[in-house]
Parts: sequence; C-alpha cells; structure tokens
Amino acid sequence: MLEIKNLHVKLEEEDKPILKGLDLKVGSGEVHAIMGPNGSGKSTLSYVLSGRDGYEVTDGAASLDGESLLEMEPEERAAAGLFLAFQYPVEIPGVGNMTFLRTALNAQRKARGETELSAGDFLKLVREKAKALKIDAEMLKRPVNVGFSGGEKKRNEILQMAMLEPRMCILDETDSGLDVDAMKLVADGVNALRSKDRSFLVITHYQRLLDHIVPDVVHIMAEGRIVKTGGPDLALEVEQNGYADILAGAN
Amino acid sequence: MRKDAGRDSTTAERLAALDLPTGGFTAPARAAALARFREMGLPGRRDEYWRFTDPAPLNATSAPEAALFTGLVEPQLFGERDRIVLTFVDGEFDPAQSSPNVAAEGLEISRLAEADRVDLHWAQGLYGVLEAAGQRPVPRPFAALNTAAASDGVLIRATGKVDRPVHLIYVHADTQSDAILHHCVRVEAGAELTVLETGPAAARFSKVMEVDVADGGRFHHIRAQGRDHSRRAITHIFARLGAEALFKSFTLTANGVLTRNEAVITLAGDGAVAHVAGAALGDGATGAFHHDDTVFVTHEAEGCESRQVFKKVLRNGAVGVFQGKILVRQGAQKTDGYQISQSLLLDEDSQFLAKPELEIYADDVKCSHGSTTGAIDETALFYLRSRGVPREEAQSLLVLSFLADAIAEIEDEGLQAEIVGRLENWLARRRKG
Ligand SMILES: Nc1ncnc2c1ncn2[C@@H]1O[C@H](COP(=O)(O)OP(=O)(O)O)[C@@H](O)[C@H]1O
Ligand SMILES: [Mg+2]
Repeated sequence: MLEIKNLHVKLEEEDKPILKGLDLKVGSGEVHAIMGPNGSGKSTLSYVLSGRDGYEVTDGAASLDGESLLEMEPEERAAAGLFLAFQYPVEIPGVGNMTFLRTALNAQRKARGETELSAGDFLKLVREKAKALKIDAEMLKRPVNVGFSGGEKKRNEILQMAMLEPRMCILDETDSGLDVDAMKLVADGVNALRSKDRSFLVITHYQRLLDHIVPDVVHIMAEGRIVKTGGPDLALEVEQNGYADILAGAN
Repeated sequence: MRKDAGRDSTTAERLAALDLPTGGFTAPARAAALARFREMGLPGRRDEYWRFTDPAPLNATSAPEAALFTGLVEPQLFGERDRIVLTFVDGEFDPAQSSPNVAAEGLEISRLAEADRVDLHWAQGLYGVLEAAGQRPVPRPFAALNTAAASDGVLIRATGKVDRPVHLIYVHADTQSDAILHHCVRVEAGAELTVLETGPAAARFSKVMEVDVADGGRFHHIRAQGRDHSRRAITHIFARLGAEALFKSFTLTANGVLTRNEAVITLAGDGAVAHVAGAALGDGATGAFHHDDTVFVTHEAEGCESRQVFKKVLRNGAVGVFQGKILVRQGAQKTDGYQISQSLLLDEDSQFLAKPELEIYADDVKCSHGSTTGAIDETALFYLRSRGVPREEAQSLLVLSFLADAIAEIEDEGLQAEIVGRLENWLARRRKG
C-alpha cells in the first residue's frame, strides 16, 4: 500500500534536514503505529506524504500502490486514497461543515470519474456516519471546527475520514487533548473503518491510544528515521521505560 | 472645499449638460440642493474625502461609455420570491417590467415623477432633507446634485409590517446612459419594510436613497450592484433612525470600474440599531475595478448600536477603499459602535486603502474599529486540498469564508442564501477563466 524509501526532507526555507533516510512499508489492511519523542519528525512525515508546501524532498521516494506520491498535488493524493487526520485541525469560519464535507467528497468522486452524490444521498450518509461518532446535527451545521472543543475537532477528523473512505489513513496525534471517553469514541470510529483494503499509520506520542487501536506493527522514530520496529509490545516497552533506553539500544 | 476657478467652471459645465426638472412638490428642495451644489462645487482629487478615489468620471459632463454585459444569462436575483417589482431601464421607469399592482397591506408606493398627482406630505418632509443634513461635516456634492437633478425615483411609505419586499431592478441597456434616481423611504412607527435593489442601472448611475425610520420601525436593505465591468456608480444612503428603530443594509458588489457607495446614518433616537455591511469582489483582469465604501455614522442618542462590516476581495490590480467614521456626540452615552474593514488580496498587484476614524464626545461609550489586509491562509488552503478539494475551489471556499461576517449581516436566511449563491457562481466563473 504505502512504501517509503530512504526519504530525506528538509525545510524549503532553510537547510535544516528533518527526515534523514526514512524507510517504511505498510501493507494492505495493516495498522502501523509510529511513536517517537517530540520533534523527531512525525508530523513532518505526515505533511510531506500529503503534500504540504514548505518542505523539500532531497532524496528518496514515497508511493501509494506503486504510484509515486511526491509529484502529486495534495488534492490528487486525496483522490488517490490518502487521508491525513491533522494534529491541529484547521478552523474555517463561514464555511459550514456540511458544505465542506460535500465539496470534498464530490471533488474526489469527480477526480476519480465517479458521479457526484446527490444532496439527499449525501445527507443520509453523513447523518449515519455522524451518529456513530456522536456528532449531532448542530455540529454538522456549524462552520468547520470553529468553536469545537479539542475532542470535537478530532471526532470531526474521523468523520471526514469515514465519509471520504480513503485507503491509506494517517492519524497524527489524534489522541492528543482527548479524555478517555473521547479517545474511546475516536478509536471505535477508526476500528469500524479497519478492513483488509484499508491501512493506517497511527502517529502517537503515548501508548494509551494503542490500547484501543491495536497495531500490527510499531515503529520508533527518532531524529528523522525509523530506529526500531516491532510488535505491539514495543509500545508497552516505551510506556514503561521511556524512549531513552530504546534509543540508546538502537544506536 | 476650497473655492477655485477651475472647480467653478467644471461645476457650471456639469450643470449646463443636465436637464433639471422644475415644478412640483420637490421644487423648493431641488432649488436649495442646486444652491448647495453650486456652493460646494464638484470634488477634485485634492479634496481629502476624494483622496483615494478619482471623481473625474463622475465629474465629466457626459457618462463615459460603458459596454453592456451580455456574456451571462442568470436567473433574476430574488426573482423567485413574492415581491413588488419596479424596474428602471437606464433610469427610466418601465411599467412593462414592473408589477402591475403595487398595492400591499401597509404600503404606499408612488413614482417621484408622478408624485404631484397624489398627496405626499410625508415625502415633502423627506426629499432632500436627510441629504441636506448629511452635508455636514463633510460635503457630498454628488448627493446635492442628485437631489437637484433626479429624473425619477420611488417614494415608499410603510405603515405596517409589509411582508412583500419592494424590489427595485435597474437595467442597463444603453452604453451611454446617465441615470439619476432619488428614492425616499419612510418607515412609520412600528412598521417594517425590506427593499431589494439589483442591477447595474446605467453606464453612469447616481442614486440617493433617503430612509427615515420612525420609532420602533425596522428597515432592511439588500442590494447587488450588477456585474457590468465598465459601469460607474455613485450612490448615497442617508438614514435617520428614531428610538428603538432598526436599519440594516447589505451591499454585494462584483465588478464595476468605479463604485462609490456612501452611507450616512444618524442614530437620533435612544436604543436605535444600525448595521451597514458590504462584500465587494473585484478582478482587475476583466476591466479595472475600483470600489469605495464611505460610511459616516453619527450617534446622537443614548444606548444605540452601530456596526460597520466591510470586506473586499481584490485581485489583478483591483483597488478597494474604505473610509469609515463613527462620530459619537456629546450625551450619546452607552453607545456601542463597531467598525471593521478587511481586504483579502489574492495577489500583490491589488491594493486596499482604508481610513477608519473614531470621534467621540461622550465618556461612557464602547467603540472599536479595525482594519486588516491579508492573503489567503495557506494552512486552511492545505487543509481543504488535503481533503481533495482542488486548489482553485478551495480558494473560493476561503473567499466565502472571508466574506461570511458581512453576509451574516443579512437577517433573512433565504436572502442570505441567494447572495451566497451569486457569489459562488461569480467565483466559479473566475475559476474557469
Ligand atoms: N515549518 C517548520 N519550520 C521550522 N521548523 C520546523 C517546521 N516543521 C518542522 N520543523 C522542525 O522539524 C522538527 C520535526 O518537527 P515535527 O515533524 O513537528 O516533529 P514531531 O511531530 O515528531 O513532534 C522539529 O525540530 C521542528 O521544530
Ligand atoms: Mg507532531
């Protein structure tokens, strides 16, 4: 599904390397977790994969189903099935959540040569998906993320994911700022989307999310590279001993 | 304005080229306005109030030619609703395109040109009166000229809650038309009225609307100025509000080589509320765009609220101007005055010139004003694109997002939706190039 080879990335504006030869392979239907200390480059990886400006790939490659991602526009990557749940979802005053969702969904369908969803069908679909995430009609009508609590913003990200049905989902610290109940809701939302055709890359700083979204593979990232890879136990090890031991062992 | 010989001669030439109406109940008001206008003279670039907008095309003795905008057939804005339609083609009333029956519960409508046939003593106390009062402290010569020279207009009086809006449609059919219309609106105590205005009107359009809202009256005004690229317009709204009266005005402007919209609003009775808002979009690539909102709000009474919300989206060398003032007179305690003017520049060629002003002579007031100029928020743009929305479409959504606060000033949700629909179409056409 997702294949990253020797990825080197620096900031466009300055010569500061952030990703320094990152390798990663996520197979179809798999859930991978990336853990790592703050500043290790986790968000940068998610941004570079989804095509945000401001970064320069100096070496390496990244592909989705064999198709190189790095030349594509962000919207093309989305239409190809990539989705990023933002660490900090963006507020867009004056644009209704529904309008936003419908515009996005129909734009992707159009890009893939599918017919656009009718207003009625869309409404039915969004109500059904929102209900599972305990997102009420009022929240759907409000401007995108404006005045949403931290938990509401994260649930809204998962709602977008559920609506857009991407095949490769990247979740950047979706657990940050959530209480246990909200985290459970988000995790249930994600688990409901798990399937053999859909893969996940779950970026998290803490192990606790991984109690709810149990990964197949856990990677530890430090200073722009994957330094250790293992099973779910690796996350527990981080939880108990912190990163220092693992990083020392890896070097 | 300073007197000078050059100004006097252009003023005289401008007047000589006009056909000034005589007689009728407006005669004294017109004569007084003419004298006012002669005294003020036409404005020049050196006048402080015209520093950002060149009045030359408005000063010219004849209307600069303006091509008709024929490229687009869209359904009439507000056309689906039950309303009373009055259509003016290049400033001339067209009965064929107007509602045959303008009678409605609590509503009296007459044409200015025919007003002498009916008893309109209320209009006598209004025609040119608010305009004259609005000449201080800043002279507005085009408004005085309008009062003196208007060929027609509508006199509207609401005596109750009028449930059908009055829709003034301005058609532009002649590339050299020079239209001058003057409307008077009186909303009696406790009455309510909505006036809609749409269309480019003429090659050059001068319009004054005097609005007198009595105690507890409510007046709503929604206007869309038409898409003609080369039309020019100078418009004035003069409003006076009684106690607990409400005045809400919203203007959408897309295109237009020159637009100057002045709003002069006086909150004269305690607890009055006045909101005036505008959303302007200009693309210099399809003809020059210069859009000027000049607003003067005076608080004379206690506990009044005023809001000015003006947003401009500019690209390809478009120019936006905002001159806005809140004047709080002595004794106007508990005033709540708010003013915001913002521009979204879609490139580096466009510019926004703003002059926000506060002048306060009361001590217990809450007044704020702000003006900003910004570009598209790249983070929001990326967020939308990452969801699959193509760049241009995402930019349009962000433009709508930027304009939202101004559009929110339209109280009626249906009218709001129609304005948003127009904006979406305008933006979609821009995307196609
Ligand atoms: N746009 C940026 N400008 C400056 N520094 C940046 C930018 N993006 C990332 N960085 C730097 O790159 C490093 C990795 O950041 P990030 O990817 O956010 O890490 P993580 O998500 O793992 O905490 C940090 O040192 C951060 O300061
Ligand atoms: Mg991060």
